[in-house]
Amino acid sequence: MNIYEKMMSIDRRILFILIAVSVIIPLLKPLLLPINVTKEVRHLYEFIDSLKPGEAILLSLDYDPSTMAECHPMALGILRHCFGKGIKVMVTSLARPEGLGTAEMALTQAAREYEKKNGEDYVFLGYKPAPGAVMLSMGENFRLAFPNDYYGTSMEDIPMMRGIKNYKDLKIVITISGSGIIDTWVIYAGGRYGVPIGAGVTAVMATDYYKYLQSGQLVGLLGGLKGAAEYEKLIRHPDMATKGMDGQNMAHLLIVFFIVIGNIGYILGKRAKSTKGK
Amino acid sequence: MRRQIPLAITFIGGVVMIIQYFIPHQISQEIYRGVLDWQMIVGGFVLVLGIGSLVTHHTEKVKRQKEGWGYSLVALLGLVMMAIAGLFFGGMASDKPFMQIFIYAQNPIQATMFSLLAFFIASAAYRAFRARSFIATLLLLAAIIVMIGRVPIGAKIWSPIRVISNWLLDYPNMVAKRAIGLGVGLGMLSTALKIILGIERSYLGGGK
Amino acid sequence: MDTRFWTKEKCKWRRKVLPLTAFIILLALWGTIRAQSPVDTLPPSPPTEVTAFDTPNDAGKNITINWKLSTDDGAGRNIVKGYDILRSESQEGKFEVVGSVVAGISTFQDDKVKNRRNYFYKVRAKDHTSSDSPTVGPVQASGQWYHKGKTVVLIFVVIFTALVIYFVESAKKGKKLYVRPIPGMDAVDEAVGRATEMGRPILYILGLSTISDVATIASLTILGRVAKKVAEFQSKLLVPCYNPIVMTVAQEVVKNAYLDAGRPDSYDESNIWFLSSSQFAYAAGVNGIMLREKTATNFYLGMFYAESLILAETGNIAGSIQIAGTDAVTQLPFFITSCDYTLIGEEFYAASAYLSREPKLLGSIKAQDWGKAGLIALIILGGFFASFHFDTFINLFTVGH
Repeated sequence: MNIYEKMMSIDRRILFILIAVSVIIPLLKPLLLPINVTKEVRHLYEFIDSLKPGEAILLSLDYDPSTMAECHPMALGILRHCFGKGIKVMVTSLARPEGLGTAEMALTQAAREYEKKNGEDYVFLGYKPAPGAVMLSMGENFRLAFPNDYYGTSMEDIPMMRGIKNYKDLKIVITISGSGIIDTWVIYAGGRYGVPIGAGVTAVMATDYYKYLQSGQLVGLLGGLKGAAEYEKLIRHPDMATKGMDGQNMAHLLIVFFIVIGNIGYILGKRAKSTKGK
Repeated sequence: MRRQIPLAITFIGGVVMIIQYFIPHQISQEIYRGVLDWQMIVGGFVLVLGIGSLVTHHTEKVKRQKEGWGYSLVALLGLVMMAIAGLFFGGMASDKPFMQIFIYAQNPIQATMFSLLAFFIASAAYRAFRARSFIATLLLLAAIIVMIGRVPIGAKIWSPIRVISNWLLDYPNMVAKRAIGLGVGLGMLSTALKIILGIERSYLGGGK
Repeated sequence: MDTRFWTKEKCKWRRKVLPLTAFIILLALWGTIRAQSPVDTLPPSPPTEVTAFDTPNDAGKNITINWKLSTDDGAGRNIVKGYDILRSESQEGKFEVVGSVVAGISTFQDDKVKNRRNYFYKVRAKDHTSSDSPTVGPVQASGQWYHKGKTVVLIFVVIFTALVIYFVESAKKGKKLYVRPIPGMDAVDEAVGRATEMGRPILYILGLSTISDVATIASLTILGRVAKKVAEFQSKLLVPCYNPIVMTVAQEVVKNAYLDAGRPDSYDESNIWFLSSSQFAYAAGVNGIMLREKTATNFYLGMFYAESLILAETGNIAGSIQIAGTDAVTQLPFFITSCDYTLIGEEFYAASAYLSREPKLLGSIKAQDWGKAGLIALIILGGFFASFHFDTFINLFTVGH
């Protein structure tokens, strides 16, 4: 194998090790490069920022432990923003039952930081199977889908739920997810009941949802860890996402570096072959 | 008869739901709500079916000591352990075993699986992006611009890269996606019609 | 004489008098200001042009009230704080507040009414005082039997269904229809044959969606055809499922395919089982199967999410032949880089027809082509009209909810 062939077929294990190193080192020694805020993140931030204290939103934390690294900072960012402004938050987790644990973790952490009370400042409705059906029943009345909250309290006994019947009584529905549940929210809650929808999604899925931004079906979109870091910057509360940005920078540069190496090998190899042929 | 009845049910169900979409009247909404309720009820019951299948599959493997039966045993033990932790040791409270296993075992395991994506994207991108032709070179350049333009360091290296990267995502990317999306929409509609009208019946067997 | 202002004694006295003087002056000043600007006790001008009508295209029990904002809302004296909507069952009867909106809003939907009963409405502009609009009514609520806002969808569905039926019928009559080659589907025979030769199983993934997703249904129809080939070749088919309902249907589909191939005895239900409905647990499970069973061929057909690359790249490492097909546009690049063949979007929906070569199924693909031609024409027209701000044409395609 000549040098060009070697450049074209680097062992994938070497790639894997270098990717790991490029992510871990900046985590231990952050460079803290400045983060630029994209318009889709700013739009969602501004929408929430324009709400008045006492107004309510629905935050559906539709992710599970697997996509927690990207989605959890988004959830915390939005919860902190809402709690900081005195906005009431209803929380569901409709994608998978495992999402319940992560949703509760995010909610209790943010509530503790801002000393918010369950039932007064926020309510956790929990999980129910068949997300599409649940979204539609919530469009009629939240009590149809969730007669009780996650902790078993009847909806009639929750002070925050007084005056909240369905989506019409909410300012926005925000879903944070690593799956395709956003489509269901946009079609059912947004399309059928006309409530504004905002979303946070893993980077790998983000390009799927730009179409909804252009068509106005999404108010704003947080894409991956970068989206979460931008939100942290806007609410002036840097946390995990901001810390993770350096790792992402390095990993992207490394991938580009390997692509370039592979191509140099390919082009020079081809040239060497054609010169040999002549 | 064995095929006629399912075909008739599919036809009637499909046509009723299509008509329902165009009728806002309360009666139509009640039918729709009924269907949704049943969907939720069936959704709850199939979980039992799923667990049944999982248990049978792995028990069979363990019983016959098929290759890799040890993994099946671990799967079965995990299932039983989580059920016991949830049912008998304080339920879902965050300081009880169920949630502890969830937080300290399932969370990291699942996050690890997802993080594999970063490694696989690196190896797949390295293998796939080669300037083999003019079109492939365009794809390669677009990939590099988007990859660098989407992270903060991109703007540090060359500030217009952000604008170019956003333009690539907003226009060429979106155009291709919408075009594929329209084709997909028609494909979905056509598949749904074929099934409702009984033209496609391979799922019942008997296709060529 | 001590002329200093701040002697000790004077200071004492002045300390008492000065604040008092200041207070009296301030009081006088405030009184003067008050006298010059009296409190605005005039009520705001009332909302005008109030209309109340049965909310169109709904299930009933809903009346919409629209009005023109008070001239003192956002303009004039700009004192309106909000509007109350009042309802009564008789024109002269007692009006009750049924809802309120903030200033600047000129519409309200009353969803606490009964069908086929007369109602009268008034809208009240509020400040410290208020003023009412004239009463409007009677108006009745009722449910509609047809949603006018969905006419464009109805027209499209009717045209498309007619196209499908027309082409299916003409295909039945023997009209030859050309379908361009789909390499991924041409490779199915080869892939199944290879598995048989190598004595290794075939893995079929139905995607990670539910049975209500058309992609899953399309995948099930392809599964039926692949399973029949597998049965004919006497190979082994593994179908780990993500969703229990999909699993039940898949078992039926494969059973029927084996029956159809005349090999019902080869069917083994335990090869179509539920793996996990947790995305990455499922991916881990499937990866394990690929590496342990050394599957010769992997099919990924259906709806996929972020796990697509994890599955396909592991299959690539394991050296299996891989055929993917999905309508999840974001996952297509991952499949294209890691699989041997990828069916893109509508190719995936055409695959079952392509595999079967049944004329009536091919007819539906022809209908899709015509549907697409129609859409392209509409997009060009839409682009043209939008460039000249002729919105009427574009508004024709707005779908009501």
